[in-house]
Amino acid sequence: MDIQLKRGILDVCVLAAIKDEDSYGYKIIKDVKPYIELSESTLYTILKRLESAKLLTVYSCEHDGRLRKYYRITKAGLSRIETFKEEWREVMSIYKFITKEDANE
Amino acid sequence: MNKLEFLEALRARISGLPKDDIDERLSFYGEMIDDRIEDGKSEDEAINEIGTPDEVASQIVASTPLSKIVKEKIKPKRQIKAWEIVLLVLGSPIWLSILVAVLAVVLSLYVVIWSVAISLWAVFTSLAVSAPAVLVVGFVALFTGQYASGTIAFATALLAGGLAILLFFGCLETIKGILKLTKMLILSIKKCLVKRKDVTQ
Repeated sequence: MDIQLKRGILDVCVLAAIKDEDSYGYKIIKDVKPYIELSESTLYTILKRLESAKLLTVYSCEHDGRLRKYYRITKAGLSRIETFKEEWREVMSIYKFITKEDANE
Repeated sequence: MNKLEFLEALRARISGLPKDDIDERLSFYGEMIDDRIEDGKSEDEAINEIGTPDEVASQIVASTPLSKIVKEKIKPKRQIKAWEIVLLVLGSPIWLSILVAVLAVVLSLYVVIWSVAISLWAVFTSLAVSAPAVLVVGFVALFTGQYASGTIAFATALLAGGLAILLFFGCLETIKGILKLTKMLILSIKKCLVKRKDVTQ
């Protein structure tokens, strides 16, 4: 997959993984893994980028005698997911157009 | 290798980064290992899944801008004493000129690599321009009855055109190669700058 495309999709995948409830690093990786490859260092970079874009917030919480970082989606993060869905509806209709041409050949 | 050894090895390989960045990275990877162990994996398995300290350090360094690394590198770790400043200033005719010379040599080596690419493009351009021109000459020669020179011009035009097409792809590959080399060079410079001196690569 094209690198730029993959990057944009990964951002939204991470946002989707924390959409319904706050999550932590390893859980995000496990949730996203069935759909797209995501390494630790990639996730770190993505989380940093999303945090500085204010699409998510970070807080630490004690778990089992150690601190664990949790990530919570912001309003801007939620609307980012919506924008993505809108864009991809367009992409999907273009895809249909392209594959229809294929079928006619 | 256990978790502490892994984190220590990683720290040694990124010790040139700002301290906050190092702490944050280490706690991030530490948490990742703890969570995997909690998930039922052994400590060894957990660390294996994350990768070797070398691999992880390469990824970290690759995603850190060179400017940040250099800034951290030249930041003095302690208060500089007055006599050190005096020595630094007095010695500047020597160390400054050596530094400039070294940088100039490195830069010129890099420019040499690019000049190969530029000269290849120049040859390509001249072939690509001369091919149609010679073709026209060939036509004119044929119509004016100079059959021998016309045929030669035709052959030359075809030859130049063919070479130009071949060279075009050669040029593209050369530039791709140089860009790849540049990326590798920058990564290895960054790695050298951030690792502690006792780490062998």
